[in-house]
This record gives sequence, structure tokens and C-alpha cells, in this order.
Amino acid sequence: MLKVNGIDVFYGNIHALKGVSLEINEGEIVTLIGANGAGKSTLLKTLSGLLKPKSGTIEYLGSSISGKAPQSIVKSGISHVPEGRRVFANMSVEENLELGAYLRKDSKEIRKDIQSVYELFPRLEERRKQLSGTLSGGEQQMLAMGRAIMAKPKLLLLDEPSMGLAPLMVKTIFQIIEKINKDGTTILLVEQNANMALSVADRAYVIETGRVEISGTAAELQASEEIKKAYLGGL
Amino acid sequence: MEWLQQLINGISLGSIYALIALGYTMVYGIIKLINFAHGDVFMVGAFVGFYAIKGWGLGFFPALLFSMAFCAVFGVLIERIAYKRLRNATRIAALITAIGMSLLIEYGVIYARGAQPEAYPDNVLPSTSFNLFGAQISSQSLFILSVSVGLMIILQFIVHRTKIGKAMRAVSHDMDAARLMGINVDRTISYTFAIGSALAGAAGVIFGVYYTKIEPLMGIIPGLKAFVAAVLGGIGIIPGAMVGGLILGVVESVVSAMGFSLWRDAAAFIILILILIFRPSGIFGKNTREKV
Repeated sequence: MLKVNGIDVFYGNIHALKGVSLEINEGEIVTLIGANGAGKSTLLKTLSGLLKPKSGTIEYLGSSISGKAPQSIVKSGISHVPEGRRVFANMSVEENLELGAYLRKDSKEIRKDIQSVYELFPRLEERRKQLSGTLSGGEQQMLAMGRAIMAKPKLLLLDEPSMGLAPLMVKTIFQIIEKINKDGTTILLVEQNANMALSVADRAYVIETGRVEISGTAAELQASEEIKKAYLGGL
Repeated sequence: MEWLQQLINGISLGSIYALIALGYTMVYGIIKLINFAHGDVFMVGAFVGFYAIKGWGLGFFPALLFSMAFCAVFGVLIERIAYKRLRNATRIAALITAIGMSLLIEYGVIYARGAQPEAYPDNVLPSTSFNLFGAQISSQSLFILSVSVGLMIILQFIVHRTKIGKAMRAVSHDMDAARLMGINVDRTISYTFAIGSALAGAAGVIFGVYYTKIEPLMGIIPGLKAFVAAVLGGIGIIPGAMVGGLILGVVESVVSAMGFSLWRDAAAFIILILILIFRPSGIFGKNTREKV
């Protein structure tokens, strides 16, 4: 579905991604784990068009999307839930969801999809008229995910959905991620919570200082001594 | 009952400030730029309206709409030519560019048509005055007030109910998150300039009809005062610009009514200084977000 081939990305003078390659197949949950500053978010931003790769190619559903504007990438079916949720705090929950469907023109279907987001996240329905800045962190994460789903993505990019959330909420969020995946959306999940990420993922990539160092199935990585030591807290 | 009359004068003047202040505040809200050329768009609007009325014999409303359309295009051109390439530059570079743009428009207009003032014909709007609780109120000032209020209601509708308005609010809150929704940020910024400039154009025509005399440097002082109004209300906040404009207009009229008409302009800037000292985020500005 998505094929990233040796991309180099710079943040000003910082060489943030060095020849990164990865592949995502339809229907998978693929996770990208690594320490702070390894380049995980940079990769997601490049996939969604916020950053442009200096070299290398990104192929999605058979055509190149590297260097395209974010709006055409969203249109082609990739939605990105950014790190730190980035909900529109000055707007209501429902307005945020409507903005998620910004590029769609089928207003009846949009109403229906807002209802199905509310079924997925009943907490959001209770707060639909509330300003999203007043929501708790977990609720904001739900809103950011619901908003991304409103674009009807084929591929959903999730950046640190568990960040700063209580353990119970993390569990809920991960259950929902699995549910979204079962409903037919392919997922690329960036996480620092490697345990949690590997437990839901099919495959995983480990990224360190801008390079993919290890890749394999989630089960392989969970079993690897090296990974256990570095990312799973030596359990 | 001179007070009531002054109050109504103040509100009419304030509604003109408010219309200009809206453009300042919308542009600031979205790209964090104080567009100092905005007062000159107001001046261009006044001249376009003048030529439309005097040259083509248009009535008030057609001239108003024409001037608004002209200024909308003009505002977008200013953004595309001067500001767009500075999107990632320092804020001081953009600010200096805005001042340069302002001078360019002022002296461009003088170069094109000379510096002599013009006078709006006085029969554009029927002017009768009537008595309200002993105050002489001209139908013109009520008419102007209702046109301004009407435009502000339309603006509120655009910003809160339409797709482009939602996109504007999204971009002003978080540009990258807006991009991730598929919002075309460049186009949204252009719409913002178009709407803000159209309001300035409307203010120009209204000003011309109300005060008659227009000239190429007329945008400077009202532009600065509208900027004060925007800061007073809380820059970047749309209702703030409306309220700030009205307060400023009323304060100026009150200062004149007390017999200090020479201090009118100073009053506006004293307000600016006081606001910057005591409440820099303005009347509607919030520094912290409430959590429920």
C-alpha cells in the first residue's frame, strides 16, 4: 500500500531522516518505535506532506506522493493524527469533526459518519457542543482520532496516541485503534510505549537517530533480547 | 441632549473604525502580521466609491459593492505580491514590508491622480434629520450605522457558519493541523485578505459619504486608530475589533463634546498606551484557557 524508499529529510540543517525505507501492506497495523528525537514524527510529517523529502521516493497505492501538498495527500486517503492531538481548541467538538471532513462534499454521509464517530467514542457525543480546549487529554485524543477518521482514510497515521494519558485511557485508546483497523483502515502507529504498540501491531520498525535499525514482525521484536533491553524496560 | 447626539456620532464613527479594525484583526489572527497597508486599502476604497458615484453615476449600494469587490481583489494582490513570500521570514521583516506597502499605495495613488482632495456629492443618501429626545439625529448616521452592523452580522455568519469561515478559524488556531485536515492554507489566507479588505473598502465609501472629503493620505489616521481599536478589543479576536472600534469612536466623541476636540486623536493613543500597560491582551483577550 505504502512504500517508502530511502528518503532523506532535513529540518533546517539537521539531517533528521537518513535513507529511511519501510513498507506497509493493506490491512496491517505497523508500528514505529524509537526514542525521543529518533525521527518518528518527522517520518509521519513527511508522509502527510508537511515536510518534503530531499531525496528518495514515497509510493502510495502505486503512485508517487513525495513532495505533494498535504491537501492532495489527505484527499488520496492518508490522515495524520499529530503528536499532542492539536485539536482546534477554540471550536466545539462537532466543529472539529466537521473540519475533519473538510474535503468531502457528501453532507448527508458526513452527518452519518459523525454519528458513527460518536458510537466509537460515546464520550465525544456527550460533549459535542463543548469547546474542545476544555476536554481532558484522553478526550482530546479521541477527538483527534475521530476528526482524522472523518476524512475516510485508507491509511491512518497515529503519532504517540498514548502520550500523557492515564493507563486506563491508554488501554481504551488502543482498543479503539484495533477496532478502527478491523473496520478496514490500515494503521501506522508511532509510539514510545513499545510494549503496548507491539501488542497490537503486526509488524514493527525500530528507528534510531534517523535510521531504521531493526524491523520484523511484532512477535519477533517482542522476543528479541536487544529490543527488550532498549525499549521494553528490560522485562 | 447634546450628549445623546454626540453618543450617536461616536457610534457612527466607531462603526467605521470597527470595519477597518476587523481587517487588521483577521489578518493578524491568521498570519500574525500587522498589515499597516490596511488603512490605505480603506483610502483606495473611498476613491473607488467616489469614482463609481461621480464618474459612473452609481447609487450608494452599487458603489459600495463595487468598491468592496475592488478592494477584495486589491487586498489579495497585496498579500500575493508582498507578504506571501515572507511567510517564513521574521516578523519584523514582514512588518517593515507592510509599512513599505503602505507608502507605496499612498504615493502610488498621488502619482496616478495627484494629491488634491475630492468631495463626495452630498446627495448620495437622503439626509433628513429628526428629533429624538431632543437630540438632532441625521438619517445618514443611522443609515451608516445599520450598513456597518449589517456587514458585521454577515461577517459573523461567514466566520461561524460557512466552510471557508471554519477553515479561517482553523488556520488561525493551528496552521499545520489545518493542513492535515486538507485545508488549503494559502487559499484560506487569500480569503481572509479579501474579506478584510472588502470591509475596509466599505468603510472607505461610508466614510466618504459621511465626512465628504477624501484624499490620498486619509487612510493613515483612521488606519492607526483602527489598529488601536483592534488592540483594545484584543488583536486576533473578531468581536473584540467591533467592540474596540465602537468604544474608541464614543470616547473620541465624548472628548470632543467636553470641549477638547484638539485632543481627540491623542485620546486614541492614550488608550493604546493604557491598554498596553494594564491589559496587553485587550478586553476580550485571554491569557489562560479555562478548563471545565
